[in-house]
Amino acid sequence: MSQRMAAWLVIAAALAVGEGLATAKQQVTAQQPPAAPAGNAEKGKTLFVERACWQCHGLAAQGGGAAGARLAGRVAPWPAFSRYVRRPTEEMIPYTVKVLPDQDLADIYTWLRSIPPPPAVATIPQLAPRR
Amino acid sequence: MARPSKLKVDRRGFLKGAGAAGAAALTVPGVVAGAGAASPPAPATATPLSPEQAAQRLAAETAPLDEEANPLTVTDPGSDFMVDVLKTLDFEYIISNPGSSFRGLHESFINHGGNKSPEWLTCTHEQAAVNIANGYYAVAGKPMAMITFAPSGLQHATMGIFGAFSGRTPTYLLCANIADGEARRPAFDWGPHAMQDPADMVRDMLKWDDAPGSLQHFAESAVRAYKLAMTEPRGPVMLVVDGALQENAIADRSKLRIPRLTLTTPPAGDAAAVAEAARMLVAAESPLVFAGNVARDEEGMRLLVELAETLQAPVQGGGRAMPNQHPLSGGGNVRSADVILALNEDGLFGRLNRYVDQQVRGSTSLVTPTAKVISITSYDLSTRGNYQNVERFQEVNLAIAGDPQTTLPGLIDACKRLITPDRRRAFEERGKALAAASAQAVERARVEASYGWDASPITLQRLSAEVWDVVRGKDWASVGGGVNRLWTVDAFYRTMGAVNGGGIGGSMSIAIGAALAHRKHGRLCVRFQPDGDMLYVNSALWTATHHRIPMLFVMQNNRAYHQEVMHLQRMANRRQRGMALAARGLPGSMLTDPNIDFAQMARSMGAYAEGPISNPKDLRPALLRAVERVEKGEVALLDTITQPR
Repeated sequence: MSQRMAAWLVIAAALAVGEGLATAKQQVTAQQPPAAPAGNAEKGKTLFVERACWQCHGLAAQGGGAAGARLAGRVAPWPAFSRYVRRPTEEMIPYTVKVLPDQDLADIYTWLRSIPPPPAVATIPQLAPRR
Repeated sequence: MARPSKLKVDRRGFLKGAGAAGAAALTVPGVVAGAGAASPPAPATATPLSPEQAAQRLAAETAPLDEEANPLTVTDPGSDFMVDVLKTLDFEYIISNPGSSFRGLHESFINHGGNKSPEWLTCTHEQAAVNIANGYYAVAGKPMAMITFAPSGLQHATMGIFGAFSGRTPTYLLCANIADGEARRPAFDWGPHAMQDPADMVRDMLKWDDAPGSLQHFAESAVRAYKLAMTEPRGPVMLVVDGALQENAIADRSKLRIPRLTLTTPPAGDAAAVAEAARMLVAAESPLVFAGNVARDEEGMRLLVELAETLQAPVQGGGRAMPNQHPLSGGGNVRSADVILALNEDGLFGRLNRYVDQQVRGSTSLVTPTAKVISITSYDLSTRGNYQNVERFQEVNLAIAGDPQTTLPGLIDACKRLITPDRRRAFEERGKALAAASAQAVERARVEASYGWDASPITLQRLSAEVWDVVRGKDWASVGGGVNRLWTVDAFYRTMGAVNGGGIGGSMSIAIGAALAHRKHGRLCVRFQPDGDMLYVNSALWTATHHRIPMLFVMQNNRAYHQEVMHLQRMANRRQRGMALAARGLPGSMLTDPNIDFAQMARSMGAYAEGPISNPKDLRPALLRAVERVEKGEVALLDTITQPR
């Protein structure tokens, strides 16, 4: 695995962990992270293509290897997500408000969180452990 | 616009004049010069020759020639000897796009050499020819000869030669040239067929070249070229082969001698330095090995595994040097490493530093301040200045010049001598942790592949998994792309290693050359083929069908030069004007409107083909049909429409 890919996976893992922690905190503390603006998932799916997110993350947000992390099934909490999109610290292409207004980003975020989980690995013969 | 009346000619008059001019052209120059020395040249529309003049010219044209001064045949041409020389170098194949400058050699290979060892391969472009030779070496482990001519053919070949240079591939190049102006035909042999110094065009990419002036010189330089090409670090060589030397008769064959080839043994690293490297590695708590182009053969892979297991150290990179399912393959990371060993690692700076492609570019070291870096490489022994293929300069603590595969036995022995029972216990604990991490990584890869499983266009992860599921029970070999952590790379020949085509457009031809080398072993060769690459020299596919090189092409057809699509988006976003760029279709990078029918293209060259296939559920049956055809000896192509990354 290249260092670049490793860095992406670290980010993705951190965002995924952050999501888990945030969920736990929501249950036990009053300090919740700012919620995402209300978004339209259908519009977000269209914007994900029109604003070129798919180019690195894939049309199903399944991830594009070293080019872009998987977003389906592990979207970070809105504050971390929106901060990273605006000012990425790694290779990601930055999206300013001018290029991608807040509402458009919220729509994309809503769609990403609505993506259903993939079929279980155990149900996919082609992904069965090596024989 | 009306033509001037004086330019008008009727058909009868035109043919009459042309006939007279033709007859004049057939005359023997000396006779004409003697007969008309005191007269002005006859106009093109001269009156017919008198009977006396016609008789004189006929006599001159049909008079017997002086056989000794003007022989019309040759029984022992120089190119026959050249073929004898090249046969001693054990080439299986020579490949070319034909050219008149090497017509002598071409004929000698076919008739004198019997078109065996080497067999002549027909190719439709010189770039493809060099890359087929490059790919053949990656599997066969020995060079293929390629012949072209100066300057035009060599100019076409340059990207393939750059690939051989970059991949340190010992492709054996012959370049015909007609050095002597007296030996050149008018027109054709001057501009497009002759140079003062053809090798100058590509010398920055060659390990060695020569332009022999005699047959004995050719014999010695041919053997020297092979020897130098195969000496580590390897690289392409070129002999300029003179046209007249090919076609002229051998003056005295008894005076010609073909030298014996003795290959140079590869250099091992200095023993004291290797002992120091062993001391550092055995003492390390968190060692990490970067394996570049380490292994030349199965023995190289076995040695790297032995080193890794001796130290219980993770190995990154070099998919060909390490079985990818080995528990020590792919683990570890630079940030936590205290000793890093780099073996023939071309891009060490990139491995050890973090680079970010943002508006302000920069890189920061990932190596902890107390960590030590050891380099064992043969690349320091052969460098060129013009092409910048060395990356930024990377500081190391111990630099050992030597061939890694040759140095590994000494390094392994030195490590084993230093390992105490305490260190062995520590290594075993480290190995267990790495094995657990490796198993988790494989499981993660399996889960990652499930995302977008039913998406259309097809995800690259699903494409790879579907192909693997079809070939896993067979004796397969990847001849480029697509292989990932879910495949089982358990032998050296399964993958290709550091072969380079000099940029987009080379990898399809490389795959064909590799498949050719696999053919005699009966392996099922699979090539994941990007669309943009295939559009450069797609006629190489005909070479595969013509020469019955069985292989399966599975397209990664994203209908774009997608890397450039992403670069354009990056530029636009930085400049804050990227809002609609993707929606507009990115002029200059998309390969749509019309979509290209790769299946039809492949069928036109004699391959079995299906597609376009964009529904992932259609993949498996298509793959089964295609593999059946390949196993019968055919070339098959599936035009699969995929997501870009």
